[in-house]
Amino acid sequence: MNGLSEAWWWPFVMILVAGWLATDVWRWLGVLAGGRLREDSEVFIWVRCVATALIAGVIAKLLLFPQGALAETPLALRLLAAACGFTAFLVFRQRVVVGVLTGEAVLLTGWFVLG
Amino acid sequence: MRLSFHYSVLQSVSVMSSPAGGSPEQNPSSDAAQRSWPTTTGGWMLFGTRSAISIPALILTAAFVGYAGLARETGLSLAETLLMTGFVWALPSIVVLTGGMATGMGLVPAAIAVALASVRLMPMTMALMPIVKVPGKTKTWQLLIASHFVAITAWVYAMKHLPDMPREGRLPFFIGFGGSVTSFVFCMTGISYLLIDHMPPIVAGALFLLTPVYFLCSLWGAARMNADKAAMITGLVLGPLFFLYLPGLDLLWTGLVGGTGAYLVTRFMRRGFS
Repeated sequence: MNGLSEAWWWPFVMILVAGWLATDVWRWLGVLAGGRLREDSEVFIWVRCVATALIAGVIAKLLLFPQGALAETPLALRLLAAACGFTAFLVFRQRVVVGVLTGEAVLLTGWFVLG
Repeated sequence: MRLSFHYSVLQSVSVMSSPAGGSPEQNPSSDAAQRSWPTTTGGWMLFGTRSAISIPALILTAAFVGYAGLARETGLSLAETLLMTGFVWALPSIVVLTGGMATGMGLVPAAIAVALASVRLMPMTMALMPIVKVPGKTKTWQLLIASHFVAITAWVYAMKHLPDMPREGRLPFFIGFGGSVTSFVFCMTGISYLLIDHMPPIVAGALFLLTPVYFLCSLWGAARMNADKAAMITGLVLGPLFFLYLPGLDLLWTGLVGGTGAYLVTRFMRRGFS
């Protein structure tokens, strides 16, 4: 196994099999399974709910259990930044750019204030 | 009398079944119904490419600039970083695989970890398919190619904007949009890998916060019904709970339990027990 992982081509096999195949297989399954759905059916609304809840789960995980440099910031600051950003987004006629810039401004202000 | 009645019925039927007739009565307030649409497939792809120059694409690019810094610190080569960006094309899965390769994970465990991080792509693709395809005309292989561009950014954009467009143009638009965003992000990831030697923590932290705040706003903006908004709220609450108590398959459970709960409650509100 060690000899394998030192071969120059091994990372590329990893990326193609454990990365590309392991990801795209879900997209292909989605195409094959979704081909029979109708846009106005109740099943379609349910599938969309499942997909939406999944992404919301990703968002919550990114905020509560972040990776890298963001993990150094206090949880309360991250939640405050996200809440302010989302509120600004709602107040300013659902403009995504306003929400993102507000969230970033709160994070950076908090970062400097807390040192 | 009888003849004219038949004629008007026929006419209204032909209007309803016309594939290009993006029913304007569904969106009376939308100015999209009045604009002039491209007429050729190439025109639709070009329109998708032009629409890709957008805030969402810029935010995604910034997130990948942050990833380029992470990949370089992890010890991935430029070729590996770019191959991963283009072929996997889903940031959470890319981050998982980068971590796995850094710790010398085997092929099978890494594939399982990445597959778990990507399960969400299946319901997302399923939800997109009825919107992009022209029943009886679109070939499955065309959808299989287009599906590679399904990731949160393009998905949210497509779910929000495609239903306003004539059906014939949706798939070429999506391919033009997805292909351009992927190519642009691919180039910018390579450039930032080469240019950014070491990223200050505050810059990296700000780049990492972009993604969740951007997803939060755009997912809400793409919601078409109360069901979508309810699903978003249940997902936000259940995601961390399942992560703590059922790690591994947590996202799948969040989607199934949260999404089904939101669907059932809002369905009851819409139509009672029927």
